[in-house]
Amino acid sequence: MSQSKLNNIEQVDSIYMEIKSYLIGFVLSIILTAIPFWSVMKAPFDKQITIAVVLVTAIVQIVVHLKYFLHLDFSTKGRLNTFSFLFTALVIVMVVGLSVWIIYAANALMM
Amino acid sequence: MSIFGKLTLESIPYHEPIIMVTLAAVAVIGIVIAGLITKYKKWNVLWNDWFTSVDHKRLGIMYIVLAMVMLIRGFSDAIMMRTQQALATNGAAGYLPPEHYDQIFTAHGVIMIIFMAMPFMIGLMNLVVPLQIGARDVAFPFLNNLSFWLTASGAVLINISLGLGEFAKTGWVAYPPLSELAFSPGVGVDYYIWALQISGIGTTLTGVNFIATVLKMRAPGMKLMQMPIFTWTCTWANILIVASFPILTALLAMLTLDRYMDFHFFTNAGGGNAMMYINLFWAWGHPEVYILILPAFGIFSEVISTFTSKRLFGYKSMVWASGAISILGFIVWLHHFFTMGSSANVNAFFGVMTMVIAVPTGVKLFNWLFTIYRGRLRVTVPVLWTLGFMTTFTIGGMTGVLLALPGADYVLHNSLFLIAHFHNTIVGGAVFGYLAGFAYWFPKAMGFTLNERLGKASFWCWQVGFYVAFMPLYVLGFLGMTRRISHTDNPDWNFWIYFAAVGAFIIFAGIVLQFVQLYVSFRDREQNLDTTGDPWNGHTLEWSIASPPQFYNFAVTPRVSDIDAFTDMKEKGIAYQRYAQYQPIHMPKNTACGVLIALALTAAGFAAVWHILWLAIAGLMGAFIVFLVRAYNNGHDYYVQGDEITAIETAHLDAVAKGAV
Repeated sequence: MSQSKLNNIEQVDSIYMEIKSYLIGFVLSIILTAIPFWSVMKAPFDKQITIAVVLVTAIVQIVVHLKYFLHLDFSTKGRLNTFSFLFTALVIVMVVGLSVWIIYAANALMM
Repeated sequence: MSIFGKLTLESIPYHEPIIMVTLAAVAVIGIVIAGLITKYKKWNVLWNDWFTSVDHKRLGIMYIVLAMVMLIRGFSDAIMMRTQQALATNGAAGYLPPEHYDQIFTAHGVIMIIFMAMPFMIGLMNLVVPLQIGARDVAFPFLNNLSFWLTASGAVLINISLGLGEFAKTGWVAYPPLSELAFSPGVGVDYYIWALQISGIGTTLTGVNFIATVLKMRAPGMKLMQMPIFTWTCTWANILIVASFPILTALLAMLTLDRYMDFHFFTNAGGGNAMMYINLFWAWGHPEVYILILPAFGIFSEVISTFTSKRLFGYKSMVWASGAISILGFIVWLHHFFTMGSSANVNAFFGVMTMVIAVPTGVKLFNWLFTIYRGRLRVTVPVLWTLGFMTTFTIGGMTGVLLALPGADYVLHNSLFLIAHFHNTIVGGAVFGYLAGFAYWFPKAMGFTLNERLGKASFWCWQVGFYVAFMPLYVLGFLGMTRRISHTDNPDWNFWIYFAAVGAFIIFAGIVLQFVQLYVSFRDREQNLDTTGDPWNGHTLEWSIASPPQFYNFAVTPRVSDIDAFTDMKEKGIAYQRYAQYQPIHMPKNTACGVLIALALTAAGFAAVWHILWLAIAGLMGAFIVFLVRAYNNGHDYYVQGDEITAIETAHLDAVAKGAV
């Protein structure tokens, strides 16, 4: 088999894998969106639990987006992107989180 | 408002003789330089080979030239402050009126950090990093050129403020509410905003550019954990740039909205909170000092390793210590404003974090000592700077840990103790590092070595001058003298103030010697030519090619299998290989777009300072149009043909063979 044909097959393979990944992500996202909608509209739980359900499904959906749409994973190929993402998240959490703490504490002392 | 906005002839400070004399001197020097360029017909060379160049080596040299020019400006400010304080004791007025003095200490801080230290660091990074990783250029050569010109644009704006209008009188941090329109109605703060904003964008782009370069353009075989240590520390600095400079950009944008469009982010009235400015300023400002110091740490590592002829001790721990410093550097910023009065828990957290960051720094210091241990240290100029750094920076670090105690900080905040501390780390750490790097890589950039005697004389003036100038400030801090004072009336302080002024003049002698050294080395260059490209018996790839390097850097991309790649090649006997023929090399073409975009943005920045609406719009449009033209133009590249490469490489390898005999 010639080299170019081999590459072609690999390419088709990877495109197929990509479509599959998008489809899984899409279906999971729909389910994760439908659950909070259903829990708010039909109100089968009391308020506290409903809020918890909305929050948990939202966070799970973020992870789903990162994995299936942005393809962040820990394979050799994707590691770099994942680490840049985690570093960015870390910096944002540190700068925003600590800023909120600093300013909140300063304001609280001025009351 | 007139067609020139707020700008009138009255904006020129006629009544300030010091400024007018300075301007006259600058004008004379400018005319002389322009005259010389015309006489020797070098305008073409300047434009074609330098201004429009996308070659990282030439951009590196231009960055360093910019840093040197701004060093003169920033140091003039420093020596004016020292002489003013020495003359204005016992209630005397001195020679600088307070409103002028305030501009001087603001300009000194901004220039030394943003327009001296940053260009110097980025210049060395430009010059060396692509060579160390065996690349032919950075990932985005045109962007690199644009970054340089944006930095230069900021420098131009800050220098225009000397002759037109005024500069900020707020201190280099420009805290509101003082920097708000109500308390600073002049154009000074606007100059500050636009100079920092435009150059800051240039710096961010540099960070992006070099991260991409290091991740994507390393020579085949070079793993991340095999990159030379200077490249690693620069990479950490670039990660910090990309993560922290956007905070500055957003912060300046908010201050701009406050001043131009009556917003209330940081005002006293209307629900603003000035503390948020202080908070965000240092959320950028603290990582910024690590951006300055980390590459200097890398330089010391290269210098120590080269001149002891040993492999660097603890390479991996160096890389990870730099990484730890980078991350910890993001969670210590509150120590700049312990006295703001946040809660005890907040102060304790940041105090502890600040002390913790001394640990990885200590790891580095021990690594250098262990590298020297049982090596044969050749005491050259770069080594002198390194040894000077190790003692001076350690003292600075210890006073830093002292200030990290919130209780002690409440006593010493805003006193001259603080000034002594941060000069101790920035001069004794960053600047000594850049000067070590300057002496170390000068032959690589220019093709001849620097005069050792004058270099050593300059070092000793700097080193002695530093201690004479700054140790008294620790004392003055304990005696209760605060920073930014234009005149004093306390007999206890007088002696130490005079003492410090003497130190400033010793440093001045060091700077003068540095320029004399450049002149003498240039005059005697024929005797000191670096024909082999490897004057120090170096370890890393930049020493494997000619000095100055061929414009395409590497005729054949090297294969790397060791941290000290060039030492490895020399040991295996595969250095200086001759090839029968060379593949054509793909190269980027020079372009004027970077200069033009920066020129348009300088005009826009100037217009924004003076509220000249039409010029601001024209400037922004101009920059955008040049960008579009560049984006839709395809002829950016060309190929260097094999014959040309063969000729250049043969000439170089013949010179190496001759030098080796």
